[in-house]
This record gives sequence, structure tokens and C-alpha cells, in this order.
Amino acid sequence: MSDHSIRFRLNGAVVERVVPAERLLLDLLRSDLGKTGTKDGCSIGVCGLCTVQVDGAPMSACLLLATQIDGAAITTVEGLASADGPSELQEAFIAEGGFQCGICTSGQLVAAAALLEARPDATAAEVSDWMMGNLCRCTGYYGIARAIASARPR
Amino acid sequence: MRPFEYLEPETLDEALALLAEDPDDTLVLAGGTSLVILMKQELVRPARVIGLRKLAQLRAIRSGDAGLTIGALATHGSLARASDVNAFSPALAATFAAVATVRIREQATVGGNIVHADPSQDPPVTLLALDATAVAMSKARARRIPFDELFVDVFETSLEPDELLLRVELPALPVGARATYKKFLPNTLDDYATVAVAAVVATDADGRCTHARIALGGAGPVPLRAHDAERSLVGRRLDDRSITEAAALAAAATDPIADLRGSARYKRAMAGVWTERALREIA
Repeated sequence: MSDHSIRFRLNGAVVERVVPAERLLLDLLRSDLGKTGTKDGCSIGVCGLCTVQVDGAPMSACLLLATQIDGAAITTVEGLASADGPSELQEAFIAEGGFQCGICTSGQLVAAAALLEARPDATAAEVSDWMMGNLCRCTGYYGIARAIASARPR
Repeated sequence: MRPFEYLEPETLDEALALLAEDPDDTLVLAGGTSLVILMKQELVRPARVIGLRKLAQLRAIRSGDAGLTIGALATHGSLARASDVNAFSPALAATFAAVATVRIREQATVGGNIVHADPSQDPPVTLLALDATAVAMSKARARRIPFDELFVDVFETSLEPDELLLRVELPALPVGARATYKKFLPNTLDDYATVAVAAVVATDADGRCTHARIALGGAGPVPLRAHDAERSLVGRRLDDRSITEAAALAAAATDPIADLRGSARYKRAMAGVWTERALREIA
């Protein structure tokens, strides 16, 4: 019933868009902008599949209205790799077996990248607390934990 | 999600005026972690939503001799990290750090958490034990509501539809007061508590209790104070006998419902067990 003009950064590039009030960030990313790396899982903020960074902080795109991120910098999994190839973290997920089926992987990567940026010296317990909300039903988490540990700056 | 009209006031006066226009068909959006789900599931269907994100003054966290003041829009993450919160009460900082997951803590606000009035939530329990007062305002008036009178029933507070929660005020703690928050999580660490206990005590030079607060979460339709248990401790040393008696009184004060986190009987028993553990930790 109301439309809103929003402007934000998506993986560094400025995006301007008019959205209805009820548009979710998740649908804006996937359906309107074609950024389908962000996955839709539980739709209630529990599973972590739709994790994106909002000004560096991990949040669930399924719980955010698009109007709420007006003015923010959003990072999705598409923003992690550079033109040179996968990031160090992405390479570590490959090397350490940090995924199997892959459905949770973009959320895991975005959450872990936020952690490495915010708390590069996090202890193993802090890593596990931070990653607790990103569910994985394949790996048993050990590969993910190893990947994050090996991608940490030394 | 049903379409609605979204309004984003620039000032508090503007927000209160908008709320006063049609309070019964308007809902307020803070972080959105609860409201967005309720709207997606059509459990609420507001004609209008007022977003508070531009009211930056409601994010402030301030401490002083009089105590600690927390703006309603402060996120759980910012409160868990704030040195002012940790200096006032490490147990309060730990309570905010115990909420759900990092994603929820970064998005959800303390004000949204309080007005949502889910009886299993963490912050209201510790705030209740710390003698918190809510400060609310409508276009017509400002009002102070002690936390004892704030929670009415499951998902229901004593706030009027045209009132906005502005901040939470915590008075300075008695000298030497010790506090703790215990969250009993038998399933997973990001679950709601089966029961939760916040306890605060202070003792005199002889080791006799001069101040006691015990608050319980997940133990009834609202976060509740175990008044009989508190009274039983005052004037006594915090030893095995007084702690065991207080824990039994705290369990008796509960009114839990059976759900997937346990039967009513189990939750009542666990309220006693975790009250005892909390008191032993700070005795």
C-alpha cells in the first residue's frame, strides 16, 4: 500500500530501487536483483541460509524489510570472491571439506567472513558461538570449523 | 505478507503523532525480528507500520551515579558489547549475549524484545531482577512503569496502543551487590530457555543478606519475581539451608505450561534447581 525509494550498496555497487513496504530483503536480492546466492531456508530467522552482512553485521535477509536497509552496505556471498578468484575463506572451505550439499554454504561463508572481519582473534569458543545459528546437516560442522580456523589471519 | 502503509518518522514527536492517529491499526517496527515473522505468518495484519530506525537518540546507552539507562532501540549485540553495561552488571551483559544467535542479536532491539512480551525471553528476566523501570510516552503523556507492572500476560504488556517505549532505567545497585543469569538449555544453545533465573544479592559485613531479587523466565505467562523466596533470604546468611529454602519457594512461585521444552512439573522442578545454582554462585 506504499512504495519506497531505497538506495544502498550491494557488494560495493550502488543500487537504487523502488520497493513496496512489504518487500523482504531476501526477495529483493533473489527475485528483483537476481542475486540467488543468498538462499531461502526456514523463513523465520533460525537456519542461517539467508545470512547477509548489513554494514558488516550478519543478519537474516528473511527477517529484514527492504526499507530497513536503505542507506546500508550489504554484502552477500557474491561479494566475497574477487576477480582473481575465490577468497581465502572460500578456498579454505574447499580444502577442509566445509560443505557437502551446499545449501547452507553461502550463509556459512557470509557469517564466517563477518566474524573474521569483526573479531579476527576470536577463540574457538567464540567462533562456535558466532556460527551457532548457521545450521548444516551434512558436515557435522568439523570441516566448517577447520576452514574458519585455517582462514584466520596469523 | 499483506500490504501495509510504511511510515518512517524523523523525530519522536512525529512518531507519537503518527501513532496517535490510528493506534489500534498501527504497529511499531524496531529491529523487526519478531514483527516481520508475525506479519509474514499473518498473525498480525496492521494497516500501518511505523519504523523507528531514524530515531537515533533511542539507541543511547548511558551510565551514571543514578544507574544505567538503555534506549529502546539499542540492539542486543550493542548492549552485550557496551562497556557501560558490563561495568554496571556483567550478568546483564551476559544476558544480552545469551539471546538466540549473533544475527538476531545484531538486528533485534531491547525495546522490541520487551514489548513483544514473550515470557521465555532472556532480557526481561534480568531487567526485572535489577528493578528496571520502563519509560513510555504517547502524544498526550509520559509514564514510568515498574517492570513488576509491565508484563500482563503472554505477548501482552500494560503499554497502551498509542504509547511508545522510549527507554529502560536501572537504579544503582546496592554496594557490593552480586548478580547472575542462568539459562537452562537442554536442547540447543540457540533455543529459548526451558527456565531461566536471574538473581541479585547483597550482604552486610556479617554476611547477612540485605538485598535479594529472584526473577524467573519461562516459568509462567510473564517473567515473574519470586517474592517469598526473596523475603526468606533477607537477614540470613546465604548458606545451604537458606538457599535450599529459597529455591523451594521460587519453584512454588512458578506457573509453567507444558510444551516441547518440558512438562509443567519438570519446569517447576528445574526452576528450583537453577535458582539454587544461581544463589550458590553469588552467595
